[in-house]
Amino acid sequence: MDTTRHRAATAAFPAGGARRLLMLGGIALILAGMILGDIFAVFILHQNAARIGEQLLAAAEAVAAGESQAASDPILQIGGPGGLLEHRGTTVDTHVHIIAFGYLAVLLALVLPYVDLSEQRQKQLAGLFLFGATLLPVSVFMIYYVGLAYSPLPSIGWASLFADFGGLLVIVACAGFLGGLWRHLRGGRPPSAAFELLLERRGSSRLLRVGGTLLVLAGYLHGGYYAAVHRAQHERRDAALLRELVQVAAAENLPRAAETVNAYGTLQAEKAVHIAAHSHLIEFGTLALLLTFVQPFVFLSEPWKRRWVATLLAGSVILPVFVLLELRWGLVAGGIADLGGLLVILGLCGMLVGLLRTTGRLDAEGGAAR
Amino acid sequence: MSGSRKLLLVGGLLLVLWGMSYGLYFALFDEHQALESITASLAAAFAHAAGGELAQAHAALDRYSAARFEYLREVDVHSHWSGLALLLVLFGLLFEQLAYTERTRWALAAVLLAGSFIFPLGVILQTVQRGAGPEALAGTAAALLTMALAAVAAGFARQKG
Repeated sequence: MDTTRHRAATAAFPAGGARRLLMLGGIALILAGMILGDIFAVFILHQNAARIGEQLLAAAEAVAAGESQAASDPILQIGGPGGLLEHRGTTVDTHVHIIAFGYLAVLLALVLPYVDLSEQRQKQLAGLFLFGATLLPVSVFMIYYVGLAYSPLPSIGWASLFADFGGLLVIVACAGFLGGLWRHLRGGRPPSAAFELLLERRGSSRLLRVGGTLLVLAGYLHGGYYAAVHRAQHERRDAALLRELVQVAAAENLPRAAETVNAYGTLQAEKAVHIAAHSHLIEFGTLALLLTFVQPFVFLSEPWKRRWVATLLAGSVILPVFVLLELRWGLVAGGIADLGGLLVILGLCGMLVGLLRTTGRLDAEGGAAR
Repeated sequence: MSGSRKLLLVGGLLLVLWGMSYGLYFALFDEHQALESITASLAAAFAHAAGGELAQAHAALDRYSAARFEYLREVDVHSHWSGLALLLVLFGLLFEQLAYTERTRWALAAVLLAGSFIFPLGVILQTVQRGAGPEALAGTAAALLTMALAAVAAGFARQKG
């Protein structure tokens, strides 16, 4: 390992600087988003889907009984303010926005050498970005709990307004960084030489670049396949099943209504696994590409770096593939998909150990020098 | 800085701003109304069915499907513009590692940028016009984007160091 190279690379993220602020803030956001996603999957997702089925069945029973008010109440429990879909939607939005802002923060940290602004202005923009990037998801998460309490508007609550304000702050910060990039391109200061040190051309870095791009490609291919083959069909089946539900309920055929509700639930699960496979492939691909920049800091031998990268990439493939197979193989596929998630975490932990060894070595050398 | 990197970094950050601004507009002026319309039409369908008015129930379900069609595409467009923008910035930082000439890299960057903007545009146009035109636009842009991604993967794989 070349210590000079490590020192120079570490110097690219000076303590207290805008770049380190964005990098650490971004990593914290990504971790928070992933943890929230796990909690959501375990404690909310399936329970929420089951309650939606129960409410649909209650609506069908009220239709059979000829009670109009009682038939529309369960639907409002599903889709109305404070309903099940709002709970699900705001939790998913929180998870997705935290991770996306985390990725964006890390990317902005990497772009910063090309942003021609004073360090103080960069820190202001970084702070503004991270404040907005935290305010938006926290506020989105609160929408379900705060509702319309004390709101000046008939259908938009305070939590939504704060979320929108958070989004505006992120936009302003990004516009500021873009302005700095534009100034640089029009003949500003040259970028820091340390930035180039963050890119390794061969070995585990190349594996991450190729693997990451292939994962993103697979994600888009799957998305394209879903859009071309299944999406319209799913939308037609969704409408047809609801039509059938109101029809059989009006005919007081409740056993058939229960079957239709089950079929409707299965259809929602089909849609969910396709979307989950599409989004996880792209998300893991993006993560692999971002990890390219971390490899120079991983103080491990090249064979070990490659093993951890291979573990991460294997998990990134296994998880979405077996999520898709859940519809055919049920819990077995679900268990293997979870194993894929575990491999991704193991790969990340392996790299983290290498990172900690780097910082430990630098600290030790710093102490020896003193 | 190479032309391809410039194109991807500036184009990617512009698309980030565009995608987030669209998301903000959607959240402020469209999302709540769309969700209200979806729920109200589904509730009306069940209420009409309970009253024995099946024709009105089916009409309400048609309104539900139309509102849901529009809502899902609006959400997809926001997430795809923003997600593709992140990918453009990321590629901007890595593009000089591709085993291609700068001219090829610039052409690839241009295809990636155009595809990333036009593909979601085609999707959102489907809410205005349900014909084959917007679908063809989205499909063509998505195909170009996919081919460009495959070329990027091949370029990274061929890179010798």
